[in-house]
Amino acid sequence: MLQMNNEEIRKAADFFTHEIAKLAGDKSFRLMEVCGTHTVAIFKAGIRQLLPENVQLVSGPGCPVCVTPNEYLDTAIAFSRKSDVMIATFGDMLKVPGSSSTLAAEKAQGADIRIVYSSLEGLELAKRYPDKKVIFLAVGFETTAPTAAAAILMAEAEKVANFYVLSSHKLVPPALRALLSSGDSKVHGFLLPGHVSAMIGLTPYEFLSKEYNTPAVVAGFEPLDILQSVYMLLRQLDCGVAKVENQYRRIVPKEGNPAACEVLSTVYQAADAQWRGIGHLKNSGLVMREKYQKFDALLNIPVTVEETKEAKGCQCGSVLRGLMLPTSCPLFGKTCKPEHPVGSCMVSIEGTCAAWYKYGAGRWQV
Amino acid sequence: MCLAVPGKVLERQDMLATIEVGGVTRKVSLMLLPETQVGDFVLIHAGFAVQRIDEEEAEKTLALFKELEQYAANE
Repeated sequence: MLQMNNEEIRKAADFFTHEIAKLAGDKSFRLMEVCGTHTVAIFKAGIRQLLPENVQLVSGPGCPVCVTPNEYLDTAIAFSRKSDVMIATFGDMLKVPGSSSTLAAEKAQGADIRIVYSSLEGLELAKRYPDKKVIFLAVGFETTAPTAAAAILMAEAEKVANFYVLSSHKLVPPALRALLSSGDSKVHGFLLPGHVSAMIGLTPYEFLSKEYNTPAVVAGFEPLDILQSVYMLLRQLDCGVAKVENQYRRIVPKEGNPAACEVLSTVYQAADAQWRGIGHLKNSGLVMREKYQKFDALLNIPVTVEETKEAKGCQCGSVLRGLMLPTSCPLFGKTCKPEHPVGSCMVSIEGTCAAWYKYGAGRWQV
Repeated sequence: MCLAVPGKVLERQDMLATIEVGGVTRKVSLMLLPETQVGDFVLIHAGFAVQRIDEEEAEKTLALFKELEQYAANE
């Protein structure tokens, strides 16, 4: 989006990497990129290799597929086995392993599972197939959650009675609070997710600086955006200040998107939620308000779900909390690969393990 | 999953906009960005316009990055 030639990009990158090294000196810093889209952008641009070794970037819990618990997948799979149900899902969810199957395997067995790119396509399917109960699998953070809420409002307005949603939305700020309050994160600063912030604005992150004295920068996704954001974090750390700064001003206004937040809070309210590998976090998820519960698949369509089992040996939980690099997991690159993932972090293209596997050639040994 | 792409609003009919993204036009809902106007550049996520792109801020960022060239040259 920013029109620059390669030479201009290289020179700006040179400036930032030089300044970052100067600011870091001989001290060590661990900075967390919260968002999975940042994780992939960092690998694609080779940013880890540009930074000095004492400035470490660790990935956080910002990949919605990765933090979706097994139980949710098992429920979606159980629904898909019902003859009167059609599942509408983003493609990211197809290969995520449940306790004993995946949606992709169920689709191969004949389950009616359709890949959609928008909640509205799920709603269109419900209108086109009135004899089916169409269940939209709603996963994602604050960027995606309002789009599910909007589809529910449209279904209500258009009186579409066979459209349902199976929600597993998650909220970013409570996850960051949980990371910091656990005391074992050892993160010196956060690169905050640009598109989540485009929705919620800057205020929900204020606790990072006020309560935990941890600097944070809302970052864009171009390589120079990320380098500038790392530079901004180190500048804060160097000056001994902690505040929420906004590097991504072209997209993120301070107040976010009030209309989207309004749509979201009309349909959903905050509730405790289970995060894969992290556990039960207070007010970190969303449930439908009573008025819209007729669209909640769980409350309206009877289903028997198998007992949930976790994959043995999978270290996704530690990876998602930034406590372990994927390469330290005994399964990484051996029994757990993108074509045969054991854990969710190896499934999603935004998963930390998948990114390390795909882009880490020569940087890790199996 | 929070991937989003920029596009230009070509037309608007009620809460639906025709948006050009990389030479391709597509219909996008304006339910989450109701004040969108024709000519705006917006960010699109999962079939919805989710935020207006501030062209002035984009120019400032670009100008800053280009300005760094002279600092790099002086190192």
